[in-house]
Amino acid sequence: MYAEFDLLTPAAVGGALDELAKVENEEDCMPLGGGTNLVVDLRARAVAPKVLISVGRLSGLRGIELGEGRVSMGGAVTVSEILRHPERSRFGPALIGAAQVFAGQMVRNTATIAGNICCGSPAADLVPPLLALDAVVRLECSAGSRELPLADYFTGYKSSVRKPNELLTRVWWPEPPAGSASLFYKLARRKGDAITVVGVAVSLARENGICTRARIALGAVAPVVERVRPAEAMLEGNALEPDLIEAAARAAAQQSSPIDDVRASGKYRRQQVFVLVRRLLSRAWRSLSEGDHP
Amino acid sequence: MNDRRVRFTLNGEPREVSVKPNDLLLNVIRDDEKLTGTKYGCGIGECGACTVHIDGRPVLACLELAVAAEGREIVTIEGLAGNGGALDPLQEAFLDNGAVQCGFCTPGMIMMGRALLDETPEPSEAEVRDYLRGTLCRCTGYASIVQSVIDAGAKEAAAD
Repeated sequence: MYAEFDLLTPAAVGGALDELAKVENEEDCMPLGGGTNLVVDLRARAVAPKVLISVGRLSGLRGIELGEGRVSMGGAVTVSEILRHPERSRFGPALIGAAQVFAGQMVRNTATIAGNICCGSPAADLVPPLLALDAVVRLECSAGSRELPLADYFTGYKSSVRKPNELLTRVWWPEPPAGSASLFYKLARRKGDAITVVGVAVSLARENGICTRARIALGAVAPVVERVRPAEAMLEGNALEPDLIEAAARAAAQQSSPIDDVRASGKYRRQQVFVLVRRLLSRAWRSLSEGDHP
Repeated sequence: MNDRRVRFTLNGEPREVSVKPNDLLLNVIRDDEKLTGTKYGCGIGECGACTVHIDGRPVLACLELAVAAEGREIVTIEGLAGNGGALDPLQEAFLDNGAVQCGFCTPGMIMMGRALLDETPEPSEAEVRDYLRGTLCRCTGYASIVQSVIDAGAKEAAAD
């Protein structure tokens, strides 16, 4: 590789944070997780940091914990580790669905959950389901740590509230309760190793025939992966009749701001937002209805 | 950029090499270790021709920095054959099915097929196609490649 940089390999999270604390210019230093995005960008000279800090194998960033009503994953948990976990059925079906269609097997073995968030791509496949599951991210620096909803993390295309001296160390979300359902669909040109044209995640909770919680998150149709709060508000407090689902899907399509690119036109993407939101909401609601009347 | 000493196991043999921070594992395997069975295809993680096993899992050597190999077990296509050069059953199946056209994707396909058979003995056709979906064959010889993985799985199950 022609791109030149120094590579630091701290032995623990604390050491990585100490190195990050020395960073003055954001462009000069980047944490390296699995590298499946960053190494490609380095080779293309899309980024040119002087220093990389390797964090992908730090034991403090690994491990999946379940307990106290939470699913909690270290930032360096790989997509394959999510799929292989014996308790994966408790993570939320939307996240498992996204992990299954994430890139190819070899990339899944290396790519990390924090890396997928931090690369900031609007087409990052783990982000819509994490938004639909109300994920919270923990940012740590040598001076301390803070947590914030993933929904407040992105500030624009490939930009976020993460400061150059902070590391995204953990992602957690409430364990989906009984009476809730979530789904993800990736629309792409082919099944393997394709960049998402439209990604949709939905999550619903139902009590006594009423939708008590609704989340809709869209990928690859705006500068950032984002929730569609107006459509969510239309659904909550109501029984999800077909007309209401259709109206929410229309609101989602309206909020999306897709671009034309080599993979699809913006017009097609927006139409597919409508189709996929309607489809996933209908399926998720139906699965909960069937649960009420076994 | 200071050179680093990196220790790892390559096809069962301990190695200690000097690498630069920006050296890719793929280049160390091909240029320094002279094991050219692992192919340099797209270089951006999309074709699968550079697939090797690290600690038993298939990964893309074009996206791994050599420094990350520290302490790990790496197996390349050259490491699949047993003692005395006996081919792996999957390599035999590729020969039996004529599953090679230009041959450039073959090492990656075999490393992927081997990893699948280690995880899932006797996979279905759908499982094979799903597992191999990140490995591209531009001669489009997929039918015989997929059949070879299925055949090797059946043969290994029968032998057990």
